[in-house]
Amino acid sequence: MLALMCVVAVWPLLRSIWFAFTETNINNLEASRFIGLENFFGPYGLFFNPNYTDGFWASDWGTAIRNTFQFAFVSVILETLAGLGVALLLNQEFKGRTLVRTAVLVPWAIPTIVSAKMWGWMLHDQFGVVNTVLLNLGVISDKIAWTADASTAMWSVVAVDVWKTTPFMALLILAALQTLPKDCYEAARVDGVHPLRLFWKVTLPLIRQPLLVAMVFRLLDALRVFDLIYVLTSNDSSTISMSGLVMREMVDAGNVGFGSAASTSLFLIIMLSAVVFLRLTRTKLEE
Amino acid sequence: MNQRNLLGTTLLYLAAAIIVLVSVSPFVYMVLTSVKTGSALFDPAIWPKKADFGNYTALFDGAQPFGRHLLNSVMVASLTVGGAILMGVTASYALGRIRFKGKGLLMLTLLGVSMFPQVAVLSGMFELIQSLGLFNRAIGLVVPYTIFTLPFTVWILTTFMRELPNELEEAAIMDGCGPLRIIFQVFLPLLWPALVSTGLLAFIGAWNEFLFALTFIVEDAQRTVPVGISLIAGATAYEIPWGSIMAASVIVTVPLLLLVLIFQKKIVSGLTAGAVKG
Repeated sequence: MLALMCVVAVWPLLRSIWFAFTETNINNLEASRFIGLENFFGPYGLFFNPNYTDGFWASDWGTAIRNTFQFAFVSVILETLAGLGVALLLNQEFKGRTLVRTAVLVPWAIPTIVSAKMWGWMLHDQFGVVNTVLLNLGVISDKIAWTADASTAMWSVVAVDVWKTTPFMALLILAALQTLPKDCYEAARVDGVHPLRLFWKVTLPLIRQPLLVAMVFRLLDALRVFDLIYVLTSNDSSTISMSGLVMREMVDAGNVGFGSAASTSLFLIIMLSAVVFLRLTRTKLEE
Repeated sequence: MNQRNLLGTTLLYLAAAIIVLVSVSPFVYMVLTSVKTGSALFDPAIWPKKADFGNYTALFDGAQPFGRHLLNSVMVASLTVGGAILMGVTASYALGRIRFKGKGLLMLTLLGVSMFPQVAVLSGMFELIQSLGLFNRAIGLVVPYTIFTLPFTVWILTTFMRELPNELEEAAIMDGCGPLRIIFQVFLPLLWPALVSTGLLAFIGAWNEFLFALTFIVEDAQRTVPVGISLIAGATAYEIPWGSIMAASVIVTVPLLLLVLIFQKKIVSGLTAGAVKG
């Protein structure tokens, strides 16, 4: 059973990597031609392409990498902070705590496509409720095309992602908070330690490990983002992610070979980022 | 916990209120939008003047086979849950109860696979689906969905399986039970809580999946709801039917929301079992 599982799971990956070294069209997968590293380093390849007159980072692939990392870093950091805040609040005892905990789950339960569409409507330039509210409050003076304007599109995507995934972070952190020993806090209270100091010196070091694990999960998830951007900003060049570019090349343009080269690079980039993150934070994943 | 002063308490409740507002209001707004039709949709007033369910009825007799999409999604998600649980239970029995070399590495690989970028296997999976003759058929989606859910299912079930007492298994062996009977007649009844949480998470994953559903199906009648919603189009290219989109979104979200809210303890324990112990 396990062996079968591995075969079914690993086979498509191996085939995808193989396609990366070929020239293949989506309409006829059998007619693939081996071209070595052309897709990666050739005249029309992903890296060191002589046609990139404005440098690598201005190319489609370079932009996609930049967008993805920008999105992943900003949203993971914001989600961690927001999640930590929500978790600390839920860890307090107060009336209506279960109500708040239930409410927090709502964004998580809404499918990504639905939340993308929903926010797309709320952030609509003419009729969106966000513009209406901000105008009435006097925060902005003109209606802003949040998802269409290149300068705000990425921030819209980040905001929706933070809204949607903060509950996940909060729940993981809350679970960690609830395993903490009560006597530490008793002792600290008796000694009259300031709550902020208590947080920095006791709480944070104790939940460090689960917090970092949760961040790795989110980082890996954020680096492969696709559906949110595809629906919210229609994959335009200011927000297109690595996955989005792969889809565009492979499915819309039909270049399975080139698309696979991009997806294989994406795979390596994500693995590398995970390893770097784990090394930097000295997180151990073993039990 | 009881010497919190007035200011602290006020701040606490204020923060709680803000959190609730931010989490829930977009959904409420979506529901409110879904009962607005025609020009009412573009009226900046948030509360609709009168509820009109035209958007909902239009979904089912409109140009897009939305009812069909719903059925497809239900079928795909249920089959995925069934497949993942069946394979997950057997695999986690092996991982949780039997000692063998390289188990730690295998578990780590499993966890790695569940965090895998779907796009990385897209072309290979495309080929696999085509060669199985499942291209353009909703049921074909069960294959990639099961593969991507299984690692997580196995991971959680293994943690639960490991905590079951050894004596039970020994007693069953003494009574002459084979491994399959041990799994299905002794362990399965004890594993119900874990099965419910993994099953729900697998269902949610399959219900929401977009990338494979978009790529492997081009025929409208075979699509699943997420793709269906993303493709709802108006009479002309310049007119986006926000009312219908919101109505469809509500239909897709409400069952999920109910599941999550009813089983929130189970779901949270499933989610955290994977990460906190990791």
